[in-house]
Amino acid sequence: MINWLSQVWSVTLFNLRTIPERRGASIAAVVGIAGVVAVLVGVLSIAAGFSAAMTVAGPDDIAMVMRSSADSEMTSGLSREEVRLIADAPGIARGTDGSLSSAELFVIINLPKRSTGTDANVPLRGVERAGVAVRSGMTMVEGRMFESGRNEVIVGAGAARAFAGLDVGNTIRVGQNDWTVVGIFTGAGGASESEIWTDAAVLQPAYQRGDSFQSVYAKLATPESFSQFKDALTADPRLKVKVVRRGEYLAEQSAMLTSFIQGIGVFIAGLMALGALFGALNTMYSAVAGRTREIATLRALGFGAAPIVLSVMLESLVLALIGGALGATLAYFAFNGFQASTINWQSFSQVAFAFAVTPQLLVTAIVWAAIIGMLGGLFPAIRAARLPIASALREG
Amino acid sequence: MKFLRLVWSNLMRRKLRTSLTLLSVFIAFLLFGILCTIKESFSAGVTMAGADRLIVRHKVSLIMLLPVNYGKRMENVPGVDAAVHWTWFNGIYQNEPKNFFGSFPVDPEPFLNMHPEYVLSSADKAAWLSTRTGAIVGRTLVERFGWKVGDRVPLMSPLWQRKGDIAWEFDIVGIYDGAKKGTDTSGFFFRHDYFDEARAEGQGLVGWYVVRVNDPDRTAEVAAAIDAEFANSPYETKAEPEGAFAQSFIEQIGSIGTILLSILSAVFFTIILVAGNTMAQAVRERTSELGVLKAIGFTNERVLALVLFESCIIAMVGGFAGLGAAWLLTLGGSPAPSVLPVFYLPVGYLVIGVAFVVGLGVCAGIFPALAAMRLQIAVALRRNA
Repeated sequence: MINWLSQVWSVTLFNLRTIPERRGASIAAVVGIAGVVAVLVGVLSIAAGFSAAMTVAGPDDIAMVMRSSADSEMTSGLSREEVRLIADAPGIARGTDGSLSSAELFVIINLPKRSTGTDANVPLRGVERAGVAVRSGMTMVEGRMFESGRNEVIVGAGAARAFAGLDVGNTIRVGQNDWTVVGIFTGAGGASESEIWTDAAVLQPAYQRGDSFQSVYAKLATPESFSQFKDALTADPRLKVKVVRRGEYLAEQSAMLTSFIQGIGVFIAGLMALGALFGALNTMYSAVAGRTREIATLRALGFGAAPIVLSVMLESLVLALIGGALGATLAYFAFNGFQASTINWQSFSQVAFAFAVTPQLLVTAIVWAAIIGMLGGLFPAIRAARLPIASALREG
Repeated sequence: MKFLRLVWSNLMRRKLRTSLTLLSVFIAFLLFGILCTIKESFSAGVTMAGADRLIVRHKVSLIMLLPVNYGKRMENVPGVDAAVHWTWFNGIYQNEPKNFFGSFPVDPEPFLNMHPEYVLSSADKAAWLSTRTGAIVGRTLVERFGWKVGDRVPLMSPLWQRKGDIAWEFDIVGIYDGAKKGTDTSGFFFRHDYFDEARAEGQGLVGWYVVRVNDPDRTAEVAAAIDAEFANSPYETKAEPEGAFAQSFIEQIGSIGTILLSILSAVFFTIILVAGNTMAQAVRERTSELGVLKAIGFTNERVLALVLFESCIIAMVGGFAGLGAAWLLTLGGSPAPSVLPVFYLPVGYLVIGVAFVVGLGVCAGIFPALAAMRLQIAVALRRNA
């Protein structure tokens, strides 16, 4: 066994030392695989960044209540009476001012994008006082919180970056109302960094919503009290609502776009991988062809077929991994942290997010590179092992 | 043509390299076809927009509603020929979020007059006018769900409740086709009178208006006049040409659309470069043989033609197969009908693809071919030594 391993080791070393002699073909294979990995990581980082912007860090202890027929906050509607019943339900955490629940409004306004100056659908959310306490972790990074009853808004950090005019001190005109931007916030989780917030009581008359709301956000006493809360609401004959965890709601809202981008990414990278595989095959076949005599000599000296196969595959694997590492590094520097915003058709509103090259993506990329390398090495390796020794020695 | 055998045996000399090159070219052009299809799908709304039409929506956002009597007032604005309203119904079939498509209550007669791109037979039109619960459905949508005329379709709308909390039901009375290839036929249109009477709330309100102007050169002027008409009312409007409205939706996708398209283009050109280089390499290796050909009496032009012919064969076989495969793929319909409702490969792009194929063949062959043509016979023969 030791002997066998040392055979593999020495043949592989010998192979790797000859790579510089086949510089052109080897570089072509490495570059091809680097390209596949860069494209794969690049496209999937869009999807990863988008879903990261649509998830909540920490325990999922916020429940959302909407009208039972609604598929998003936008299509939901709740009356003041329903909101009161929901706030009194068991399972909600209580603060000094009573139950930690916030009845909210969710509308869309048109604001120009900073990058292009063209109109974009920006979400505007009306929250109640408890809205901040419900979302623990929310902090103001600039300015202050809006004051109740005034036409003041605070802006999520992503929205402030993406849309024009959302700087502290500015005034934005929506319809016939002027709103002053008084602060910029972060850390409220979910898509809220892309949103503009104001007092729900001010937003209601501005949008002719009377005394109605669209959703209730409730902080649960513990993440486990969700079922208690949900059962109480669904059993109440006065309510026709659906209750979901916020994390689940966000996952559902981002599913369509995430899977679309992932689908495109895997498809393009798959096609490119085929191209790179042809490149790797070409390289390794010529590597084996150029070494026919050496391989035959090794076989004649008593080296087994398996070490020859393994060594060729290892060589191909090394080239592939170099390419993979190169491509992943390239993609990381080109894409990680790239700020973008796009429309999420499911909520009909913009989501600002940063491309994210996650460790998980890098692992996926390396796995792809390794598979291409192995396949690219396998067939040439088998050919190398099958060479008839006598005629191969005579060759050339 | 008597040299076909010569070209053939050159190609067959390294079967593996030839087939790998062919496959690379095939994949590159398959990718090209798909890239063009996706691009066309995103911009279909802009290219299909009527030059004489405006979209008038609530100034704050498209989701805000407008009064139904605005239509008459718009038609009184000088320069306006007609105005029809659309409303976003958000219908979902079988309660499955993925069974989602555009569905809109409209007034049948004015709607069909406004949109000649939706082609409906006169029998179907008569049936629609006489059936209160009737709906007309686009060809691709019908195919997606296997519906036919006479079917009764229940739809769920998270946005619009029906009075008495019962499900919405529609009778399919007609199937419309697109007047052009890029026309979106994934829509579901039903009667606004039925909708307005049965909806639980929002009576008298509609989503947005499509307005036809008399003179396409004066759209900007008419748009400004419409907005002025409703300024300082509780429902201020924003009017813009249909093309600009569709364009703003593409802009909303933002930089990720551009990034995806540029990655795809980069991939295409990389594969082409690598394949082209391999093809050129195959000729360079044979310099001395070309010298022999010239020594036995082949003219310069004939050598040039032989080499070019060889590289063009690879480019064309691989490239046309790739374009063909992409075209076949689009015939199978959209893989994501709710994201890409229009899914076809326009002939214009196919022509560009063919130009790329020929360009690849010529570029990959021309430089080694020119070198071969200028080659001194003696030098070429000595190289082998």
